[in-house]
Amino acid sequence: MLNWELGSEIFSSIKKNKLRTFLTGFSISWGIFMFCLLLCSGNGLRNGMVSNFGTRSVNSIQYWGRTTSIPYKGFPDNRPIQLDGKDVQLIQNRIPESYEITPLIYSNLAVSNGQFNTNSSFVGVNPEYQHINGIKIREGHFINSMDIREYRKVAVINQRLKEVLFPKESPLGKIFLAGELSYRVIGVFEEKDWGNQEKAYIPISTAQLLYNQNHGYHNIAFTINGLDTKEANEAFEKKFREQLAEIHIYDPADDRAVGIWNQLQNYLQFVGIFNGISAFIWMIGIGTLLAGMIGVSNIMLITVRERTKEIGIRKALGAKPSSILGSILTESVIITSIFGYIGLFLGVGIGELADSILQSPGMEEASHIFQNPTIHVGVALGAMTVLIFSGLLAGYFPARKAIKISPVEAMRYDV
Amino acid sequence: MIRLENIHKTYYNGAPLHVLKGINLEIEQGEMVSIMGASGSGKSTLLNILGILDTYDTGKYYLNNTLIRNLSESKAAELRNTMIGFIFQSFNLIAFKNAMENVALPLYYQGVNRKKRNKAALEYLDQLGLKEWAHHLPNELSGGQKQRVAIARALIAQPKIILADEPTGALDSKTSEEVIRILREVNREGMTMIIVTHEQSVSEATDKIIHLKDGIIEKIC
Repeated sequence: MLNWELGSEIFSSIKKNKLRTFLTGFSISWGIFMFCLLLCSGNGLRNGMVSNFGTRSVNSIQYWGRTTSIPYKGFPDNRPIQLDGKDVQLIQNRIPESYEITPLIYSNLAVSNGQFNTNSSFVGVNPEYQHINGIKIREGHFINSMDIREYRKVAVINQRLKEVLFPKESPLGKIFLAGELSYRVIGVFEEKDWGNQEKAYIPISTAQLLYNQNHGYHNIAFTINGLDTKEANEAFEKKFREQLAEIHIYDPADDRAVGIWNQLQNYLQFVGIFNGISAFIWMIGIGTLLAGMIGVSNIMLITVRERTKEIGIRKALGAKPSSILGSILTESVIITSIFGYIGLFLGVGIGELADSILQSPGMEEASHIFQNPTIHVGVALGAMTVLIFSGLLAGYFPARKAIKISPVEAMRYDV
Repeated sequence: MIRLENIHKTYYNGAPLHVLKGINLEIEQGEMVSIMGASGSGKSTLLNILGILDTYDTGKYYLNNTLIRNLSESKAAELRNTMIGFIFQSFNLIAFKNAMENVALPLYYQGVNRKKRNKAALEYLDQLGLKEWAHHLPNELSGGQKQRVAIARALIAQPKIILADEPTGALDSKTSEEVIRILREVNREGMTMIIVTHEQSVSEATDKIIHLKDGIIEKIC
């Protein structure tokens, strides 16, 4: 249908009716542009928030001892609860859904390479913690079972600590001083977490021996399968608190005795909130699209009215109704496609531009709020299709009406 | 060339309006006739029926021995394109097309390619003394020039008849004379021509004057 003749006919019509073309095109471009921009910002906000969850396994649970708030079985309140081997056994033996577990011991030590001094937090963990917390290894390796078994004084350090201690060289195999003891670096890790402080992971056995002997563990982290809903999580947490109350001997109703961070529970809550925000943004987006549709339809209506006389003349000269309808609709498809593409290009382009700015160095803080503000091209193309289609539909009916009126009447029509 | 047998036409806009009440008319090839009559006499309706722009209720209309009745829109368009050239009072040029493109338009609907039809259009414009104006838009032309462009457009498809609806209605008397002279020349080359007019001077230039009154032919002289 689209041949050179029709093409040049349409082109001359577009060229001679710049304002009309511009108005149609602008409403399309604007609609698509706003739609893209809205969804981009929505996605950016969402991705930024999601990134705050870090790389930690979504199905992980971490808990720590606090102090009791209720006297129980002759014990007074305000009694500190200390996690120890009983907890590990409880999780391993009585929670069949759990599959990775590590105790954690925290300490803070002065570190030095003989030249520079700083403070760093030291966290004693099991090898499993790498997966639980989604730790990425940049160089070397994470703590392994051999390190644990042999109480090795080895450390996996983060980038920050590496920069302080070994600014110019590869740290692997190098020795540094922590407190009065020397540690050998076996790896450099990276993890997404709040803050950017010096941090090192060491074998749990070493940490217990050196920094927390006979005082149990500070935290215990484990991963668990099968808790997919809020209800399942609540039920599990209730049962887990009862089990903890049993082994540490405190009142099962005492929620203060143990602190629990349930990543999934928080994640689910967060997803719920963001689905709400997403729905809201989509609502506005669809509203924008709708406004665009109405704009396009209006202009198509005006276009057809404006062309009524022309249609009459063409009919008198022997144009078949189908050829008139075809050329009007083809023209509107061409205009809406080109301008739709411009809007799409700008909208997606701004998203990508913002993305590249956010990824540049120095923007790490902003990326906790706003990250990867882009949309799927399919969504944008879909929106464009909707607009083009609605423009077509809006043009079709008045155009059909216009070609039905007699040429005599149409030619008398003055705009 | 044209034969009308007892043509009736009634419009139903609110109260029925019986516009044509039995028209019988025969126009030979190469004739130049004018149709006169007061407004409301049915002359425009008659012209629209002749031009296949409108339908009639009863009777028979033969154009070049073809019965024009119950045509599809496409067929009517095709017949208009090949058989009939129109000239209108208000020129009816397409405002965003230049003179040449306007003249070439009927050929576009015949599927003639751009180069050929523009060449033909330039030839017709040349005949009408408008060659230098070929690339001007209608609003850059005077009334007389516009009507000459319209005449060129009516001629380009080499139709069987030319229907002119008050071709001088929007022109001053000097330009009118010129347009009539051109039409006369075209007729002399063998074109059948029907002109609706209310101007005595125009009708006097034709071979035959058909007087229409209240939907019937009053007299032919």
